[in-house]
Amino acid sequence: MNLIQQLEQEQIAKLTEAKKIPEFRAGDTLRVGVKVKEGERSRTQFYEGVCIARSNKGIGSNFTVRKISFGEGVERVFPLYGPTVESIDVVRRGDVRRAKLYYLRSRSGKSARIAELRENTGGGEG
Amino acid sequence: MRTGVIAKKVGMTRLFQDDGRHVPVTVLALEGCQVVAQRTNDKDGYTALQLGAGTVKVKNLTKPERGHFAKAEVEPKRKLVEFRVAEDALVDVGAVISADHFVAGQYVDVTGVTVGKGFAGAMKRWNFGGLRATHGVSVSHRSHGSTGNRQDPGKVFKNKKMAGHMGASQITQQNLEIVSTDVERGLLFVKGSVPGHKGAWLQVKDAAKIARPQAAPYPASVLTAAAAPATQAPAEAPADAEAGE
Repeated sequence: MNLIQQLEQEQIAKLTEAKKIPEFRAGDTLRVGVKVKEGERSRTQFYEGVCIARSNKGIGSNFTVRKISFGEGVERVFPLYGPTVESIDVVRRGDVRRAKLYYLRSRSGKSARIAELRENTGGGEG
Repeated sequence: MRTGVIAKKVGMTRLFQDDGRHVPVTVLALEGCQVVAQRTNDKDGYTALQLGAGTVKVKNLTKPERGHFAKAEVEPKRKLVEFRVAEDALVDVGAVISADHFVAGQYVDVTGVTVGKGFAGAMKRWNFGGLRATHGVSVSHRSHGSTGNRQDPGKVFKNKKMAGHMGASQITQQNLEIVSTDVERGLLFVKGSVPGHKGAWLQVKDAAKIARPQAAPYPASVLTAAAAPATQAPAEAPADAEAGE
């Protein structure tokens, strides 16, 4: 591990002390708590949508969340370890076969749905 | 005028600040940055400090170089640089400059040799627009176009921007902010990019155009022998040797 990677690991360890980053991947529906500063006071704003991409590159890791807001598609890219991202909650797991779901941009309505991932419970249903 | 330091470019990363901002930084490492010689007005006609950094095998040095380092009683250094200083800013030979020589929020000038680009065309070297993609242009889409007029003046003026060698030249990047320092590992975090490739030697000085803050230690921040830094593996050997002196 070179010095840059070492510095990034230390910073990641420091930033993830306070918050827990759940395991998630593209296709999952996320609820992201974003710290918003209004003048003096700050509050948490939630942004809920489908994670369509994840980019893993050390401290520079990020993920893209897409949602439909008032009929208009909105995408936001969040830094995974950024202090402005207060919390990440997985609302629903999606069953997808791609790492990047950019095809959702050209779809809307029924065809833009993602099937829910059914956990393998080890033959409980049999 | 204080002395500068010799630093090695480690690479770039980003730092997240407490207020949510993130700052792109270049990491610079001081690898045993030590005073090797003093230049005084009486003897040399000017006042300066010769600093050395890095490590080099003794077998790769010439005899005069060995004598120079032996006289100063310091480990042989890879890189030697002179910094002009004021007369009251001279530092003893053998003193190791530490990273808190610069304070967070201070501005510095960084000098280094830029990445070489080889023989580059006018578009890359001078941001020319090139020729059109269609309308009868053949083979010369990236050429520079006309270089002058006709029989009068009948020549191409000197300093005409044309293709040629680009990069690998000494550049000083002015007014870069020091975001933070790490004394234990001898690291400087400078906001933005600096010239040169990873592993390149750089000279870091107080900014010429922005006043040095009061908090900066005046002659220099000298590392005490006991607290010599145990930096990364290659720099460990000289650090121990310095501690022994």
